[in-house]
Amino acid sequence: MGRKLDPTNTVKRGPGRKSRKQKGAETELAKFITDGDYQMFLKTHNNWISIDEHWEEEEEEEEQTKQTKKGAKDQGKKSAKLGIKEVEEEEDDDDDEMVDDYGALLPIERAAKKEKKKKETMAQESDDDDDDDDEEEDEDGGDKEKKSDADSDEEDTVQANMDEMDAFRLPDAEECEKESIIPLDLKTIYQRIKDNVDVLCNFSTKREVGKERSEYISLLKKDLCTYYSYNNFLIEKLMDLFPLSELVDFLEANEIQRPVTIRTNTLKTRRRDLAQALINRGVNLDPLGKWSKVGLVIYDSSVPVGATPEYLSGQYMLQGASSFLPVMALSPQEGELVLDMSSAPGGKTTYIAQLMRNTGMIVANDANADRLKSVVGNVHRLGVTNTVICNYDGRQFPKVMSGFDRVLLDAPCSGTGVIAKDPAVKTSKDEADIQRSAHLQKELILSAIDSVNAESSSGGYLVYCTCSIMVEENEWVVDYALKKRNVKLVPIGLDFGKEGFTRFKERRFHPTLRLTRRFYPHSHNMDGFFVAKFKKFSNVVPTATAGKEKDITDAPEATAVTGSPEEKPSKSDKKKKTVPGKAGDLKGKPQANGTAAKKTANIKKKGKRDSPAGPKKAKIAKMDGETVQEAEAKKPAVKTADDTKASKAEKKEGSRFEKKQGKNRKATTKANGRMGKNKFRKLKNMLRKKGGE
Amino acid sequence: MRPLTDEETKTMFEKLSKYIGDNIKLLVDRPDGSYCFRLHNDRVYYMSEKILKLATHISRDKLVSVGTCFGKFTKTIKFRLHITALDFLAPYAKFKVWVKSGAEQSFLYGNHVLKAGLGRITENTMQYQGVVVYSMTDVPLGFGVAAKSTLECRQVDPMSIVVFHQADVGEFIRNEDTLT
Repeated sequence: MGRKLDPTNTVKRGPGRKSRKQKGAETELAKFITDGDYQMFLKTHNNWISIDEHWEEEEEEEEQTKQTKKGAKDQGKKSAKLGIKEVEEEEDDDDDEMVDDYGALLPIERAAKKEKKKKETMAQESDDDDDDDDEEEDEDGGDKEKKSDADSDEEDTVQANMDEMDAFRLPDAEECEKESIIPLDLKTIYQRIKDNVDVLCNFSTKREVGKERSEYISLLKKDLCTYYSYNNFLIEKLMDLFPLSELVDFLEANEIQRPVTIRTNTLKTRRRDLAQALINRGVNLDPLGKWSKVGLVIYDSSVPVGATPEYLSGQYMLQGASSFLPVMALSPQEGELVLDMSSAPGGKTTYIAQLMRNTGMIVANDANADRLKSVVGNVHRLGVTNTVICNYDGRQFPKVMSGFDRVLLDAPCSGTGVIAKDPAVKTSKDEADIQRSAHLQKELILSAIDSVNAESSSGGYLVYCTCSIMVEENEWVVDYALKKRNVKLVPIGLDFGKEGFTRFKERRFHPTLRLTRRFYPHSHNMDGFFVAKFKKFSNVVPTATAGKEKDITDAPEATAVTGSPEEKPSKSDKKKKTVPGKAGDLKGKPQANGTAAKKTANIKKKGKRDSPAGPKKAKIAKMDGETVQEAEAKKPAVKTADDTKASKAEKKEGSRFEKKQGKNRKATTKANGRMGKNKFRKLKNMLRKKGGE
Repeated sequence: MRPLTDEETKTMFEKLSKYIGDNIKLLVDRPDGSYCFRLHNDRVYYMSEKILKLATHISRDKLVSVGTCFGKFTKTIKFRLHITALDFLAPYAKFKVWVKSGAEQSFLYGNHVLKAGLGRITENTMQYQGVVVYSMTDVPLGFGVAAKSTLECRQVDPMSIVVFHQADVGEFIRNEDTLT
């Protein structure tokens, strides 16, 4: 054969007569190939050997494969096993060039077979239901065993399906009843799942006429729940998150454990030396990946990995690969002040300490006193000396201490990413649990943000991470934080992982959510994880509603409406509406800002006290009418009052200050000693009356 | 958290000097800043002054640990040195004992060291001298008290105890709860 024929990529046929005449190499080849000759082709790949030589061998193989099939457990993988078996047999021929995983068919041969099959099935009329059984039974028969290639199997069934009504038929009411009495065995369910997914992926071509997509999906859900032992709620959530093909991979990945990984403690040893010492003890290990310089993955070990003298002397720590990620994203520098809000059992805290080389200070906090014992143990064992361990509720933390350079929040979550570690999650989680977790996480993230010091010279970062894959606990919480505080998302510094969602079902998140990362067990071979890195750019806390004039608490917390409209929660409050307009105005008049700065400074001196500002504002609000002008007049009044309340922190902020100045631009009327329009009108009236009297 | 009283300081330093002699001053005056001892819940913590300032913000009942815990005072005001102090004892140890690989595990389970498991021992070790126990690869495993002086060790039979076990790193797993 001269040119490389790859029938899998279909070249469009041209318009001319000749293209119609020539059907393609596979059809030509199909004329030569008979099933009997098939074994020959399997082995002889590139070399053409005479048919007679291999005839006897072929017969032998037929018998062998028949026997092996009976032993095969998983029907779905039967053909794969077949393929492997045959590859093993063919290894006698020492054909290294058979590259295919499952065996020995060249693409051209596969296509040729397809053609043949097509012709055969055209003639046949077999029952839908039987077709499934047919596949299984036929494999015991003479013909199908030649299908050594799993792919070819699927392709043939595809062809068969296309030609009849779809091979996968939804069970009708009777069958459902039967199933409830006598449940199907797992093999059948698994096969049904596979077929169902297959149909759903090519729905238009493979559907059963008259059956709706929702019926297929509900059957799939039921089967998945039974086969993988999940509750309905979780399966539905997972179906929303993953496309169907990935869903099965994800569920499969949750059935097996992730590999055991350890982290070298660079305060006491080097990875090279540790690896050597462990190998000497009989541990089979490898570096974790090029993304980590301290990770090692353990394949197997003759000694317990958690009890070696190296472990006890603190040279390494057992830690999941996904737990490396948030600390790498945080990248604490030497001499910084770092807070780990949810630190138990202490793996991330100690990693932070080793990255900081025991300089600076770390505060390791956890709300659970029992779990803190493990933090103490790990901190001492690994030789960390710069840590203070405390037992606060994370939500109270800003009151205890704030002004950290970096904060890590590994929030307590529903644990849907670590199902492999804790299978109880499959059945125990429901809507209320997720909502509860999400609520707690939102509170925690706000406290965490408030603990960060935006003015920090080297930091001002917060890393938020969870071991969950639910959007409610991940993207939604991050989006909430973006709305409520002066933070922005920054790249996390890891080049792998799937991007976070910017939209999900009916929700729309901030576009920078792209910078967050999701990790999955089936694609990254680590626990399901979510990491987001924030940078706080202002210590000022924006108010929820500008309309409410609450008591102002501490100096750092200033009620200042931020300039950028995105960060404000959209309310129907009139004031809110005008402010964006104002922000627009401001940008056009920077010079006024400069002058306004001085004026507002004056005003600040005048109206220092908070309390008079409150009722004063209320008074002003009462006096003013309901016109837009009033609103504007109100605005400057409010703004100046705001300014008086605002702390020096505001002055220090660069760009923020300018915007505020811009907002206070309208206050220049007051600053100039002029009064607002309404006041003027009132004064005029008064004077007129007086003049009249 | 409060500073140690003179009595307590004396008791503790006496205990420490059994293992590291007069290198105690190296613990207090370090090139990278001054360190201090503080008492919290009957336990003695060793920390740098910077961390001390930070720890004062935390209320007493919520504070679990600061810096490194060296040990605790018992009800009868005796000072008991914990394994967590090993990192600071080991570099300044005056008298060392090396344990053979076979006897390592036994020591890590809390047993005393027998003559059969003894690899090396520093010269001039007195009887009942505090010693730090190492593995043959120079990894500190714990500390103890020499049951026999070096000269006696040479002569005594293989099954007799040469080092009394006081603390070993296996306690991190065995006695995790007692660390706090």
